[in-house]
Amino acid sequence: MATQTTAPSTSLPAPTGPQTSPHEIARVRVPTRSARGELRAIKVVWKRELIRFSRDRLRILTSLMQPFLFLFVLGTGLSRLASVGTHGVNLRTFVFPGVLCMAVMFTAMFSAASLVWDREFGFLREMMVAPVRRSSLVLGKCFGGATVAGFQGVIVLCLAGLVGVPYAAGLIVEVFALQMLLAFAVTAFGVMVAARITQMQSFMALMQMAIMPMYFLSGALFPVSGLPQWLAILNRLDPLTYAVDPMRRIVFAHLHVGAAARHALDPGVTWWSWHVPSLVEAAVIALLGLGMLAIAIVQFSRAE
Amino acid sequence: MIEQTDHKTPNTTPGDGALPGVGAIAIAAAAGVGVTPVAAVTVDGLVKRYDEVEAVRGIAFEVPAGEVFGFLGPNGAGKSTTINMLCTLVRPSAGSAQVAGHDVVTERDEVRRNIGLVFQDTTLDGYLSAEQNLRLHGELYGVPRGALEQRMGQVMQMVGLWERRASLVNTFSGGMKRRLEIARGLLHSPRVLFLDEPTVGLDPQTRSSIWSYIRELKEREDITIFMTTHYMDEAEYCDRIAIMDHGRIIVLDTPEALKAKVGKDRVQIKTEDDQAAIAALRERFGIDATIAEGAVTFGVPDGEQFVPRLFAELSVPIRAVSVARPSLDDVFMAHTGSTIRDAESTGADRMRNVARMMSR
Repeated sequence: MATQTTAPSTSLPAPTGPQTSPHEIARVRVPTRSARGELRAIKVVWKRELIRFSRDRLRILTSLMQPFLFLFVLGTGLSRLASVGTHGVNLRTFVFPGVLCMAVMFTAMFSAASLVWDREFGFLREMMVAPVRRSSLVLGKCFGGATVAGFQGVIVLCLAGLVGVPYAAGLIVEVFALQMLLAFAVTAFGVMVAARITQMQSFMALMQMAIMPMYFLSGALFPVSGLPQWLAILNRLDPLTYAVDPMRRIVFAHLHVGAAARHALDPGVTWWSWHVPSLVEAAVIALLGLGMLAIAIVQFSRAE
Repeated sequence: MIEQTDHKTPNTTPGDGALPGVGAIAIAAAAGVGVTPVAAVTVDGLVKRYDEVEAVRGIAFEVPAGEVFGFLGPNGAGKSTTINMLCTLVRPSAGSAQVAGHDVVTERDEVRRNIGLVFQDTTLDGYLSAEQNLRLHGELYGVPRGALEQRMGQVMQMVGLWERRASLVNTFSGGMKRRLEIARGLLHSPRVLFLDEPTVGLDPQTRSSIWSYIRELKEREDITIFMTTHYMDEAEYCDRIAIMDHGRIIVLDTPEALKAKVGKDRVQIKTEDDQAAIAALRERFGIDATIAEGAVTFGVPDGEQFVPRLFAELSVPIRAVSVARPSLDDVFMAHTGSTIRDAESTGADRMRNVARMMSR
C-alpha cells in the first residue's frame, strides 16, 4: 500500500524571505551592438591583460632572466673569444637588439599562453558569450599582449647604457616602435596557435619548438652575411630576422664605429643581393602579424 | 498545495497540453510584473548531433516568463548540451529555439544580451578581485557606467560578498565563487538566468544558501530562471521540471503533479493502540494500513489534507504523525525504470560521454 518505504520526507523548508526590506532594484539596460561597444570590449580585454601582468611580479622578473643571461653572461663570456672579429665593438652591444627582441617575444608568447589558461579555467567562456564580436576579443588580447611585451622591452631598453648603446632619443623612439610591432605580431601568432591548442603543455612545447629555432636563426647572435647557403636560406625565411635586422641598423646608426666594423657586424639582410630596406622589413613583420591576426579572428569566430 | 488550482482563473494560455497549475504560474508572473506575455524560452524539435551520437534527440517545450524551470536528469542526459544551445554556445543540428523572444541561431547577440549564465565550472578570473570581475563583465556587456556602480553594489550585497569585494577571487571558497558568479550573471539585468548545475560540488549548507538566493532573486527581479540539476531535492524548488534521459524529455510538469501521478503520500502515525487504529482506519476511511518501521503506515492521495481529518475523526489518540510525499526519485524511477544514480553509472552512459568528449 505504502508506495516507497524509503521515500524521504520531502516537505519544503520554509522559504526564507528577504531578511532586509528589498532595496530599489537598479535595473540596467544593455545597449545594442555598436562600434563604441566593440571599442569598449577591446579596451576591457586589454585592461585585464595589464591588470593581470601587474599582479604577476614574479613573471616580470623571471622573463627578464633570459635577456640578462644572454646579455651579460654570454655576451661577456664570448666577447673575449670574438674580440678579433668585432673590430673593437663590444659583443654585448652587438647582441643587444637580438636580446631585446627575445625579451619581447617571450613575454608576448606568455601573454598569448594565458588564453590557454583562460580556456582551461573557464574564463574564456565568459568572454565568448558576451554580446560582442569575437574579433574585438582577439584584438583586445593582441593589444594587451603587445603592451605587456612592449613594457618588458622598455625595461631591457633601459639597460642600453650598460652595454654601450647610447640613450639617443631617435634610437629609443625607433627601437620602441619596432619592438611594439614585433610584440603585436608575436602575440597574434600565439593567439592563432592558442585558438587550436587547448592544453597548456602542448602549447608550451609548441612555443619552445617555434621560439628557439626562430631566435637562433634570426641573426640575433651573429651577422647575417657570408653564411653557408642553407643557413642563409633559413635565416631569410625566419620572420624574426626582419625585426632584429632593422633594430640593429638603428643601433649601429648611433654608434661611432669604423666602416669595416659596420660592414662586418651590420651587413643588412639581402634578397638575391638586393639590400632590403628597414621599412620593407618592418612591413614584413606587420603583414605577417596582420595575417595571423586575421586567422586568429576567423578561428575564434568559428569556435563553438 | 494541489488545491491551489481550485481557485485559479481558467487557463488562458493556449491550451496545448499545459497544466492548469502551470498556466496559473505564468499568469501570476505576467500580471505581477507586467511583462509582455512572450515566453521566456521556446524550444521546438531541438536536436544536437555529435558525429554518430545524438546528444539531444528532438525536444520541445516552453517556459513562461517568471518561472523557475528545472532540467533534471543523470549526467550525459543532454541537459548541458541543451543549455549550451539555448545560450548560443552550441549550434543546434536541427530544430529551433527562442530565448527572450530571440532566435538562438539568427539573433545570437540579442539572446546574449538578455541572458545571464552560471556554468558548472567556474568562469571567474581568479587573479582579479571580485569587484574587478564584475566591472569587467559590466563593461563587456556595455552596462552604462552611471548605473554600473549601483548595480554592482546591489548584486554583491544580495549574495553577501560586499565586504569581500576587494579580495582576489582565488582566495574565495567554492561556495563564494558560485555566489559571485550568480551575482555576475545578474549584473546586466538579464531576462533569463541560466544556471547549469549551480550547486554541484558544494556542501549542503552552501547549497541551501545558494537556493535561498535563487528564491530571493525570483521575488525581487523580474526574471525567469532556467536550471539543470541532478539533485532530486533541488528539483523540488522548481515551478516545473522536465525529466531528461538519453537526449529526450521524458516528462514535464510541476513537481507536485509529477509526484501525484506516481502515487499516494505515505502517512505514518504513532498511536496508543496500533491494532485499534488499523481497525478504525479500515472502518472509518476504508484504508488498509500496516505496521512498518514501528508505526501505522498507509498511503493516501493527499496526505497533508488527510491528516487534519485523521485527527478529527480517528477515535484512537495519535502521538505522532509524519507525511512523506512520493519523492522525485520515485518519479524518475517510474518513468525511466532506474534511479538517477543507477542511470549515471551504467556503461551505456559512460560510453556516450566518451563519445561526446572525443567528438569535441
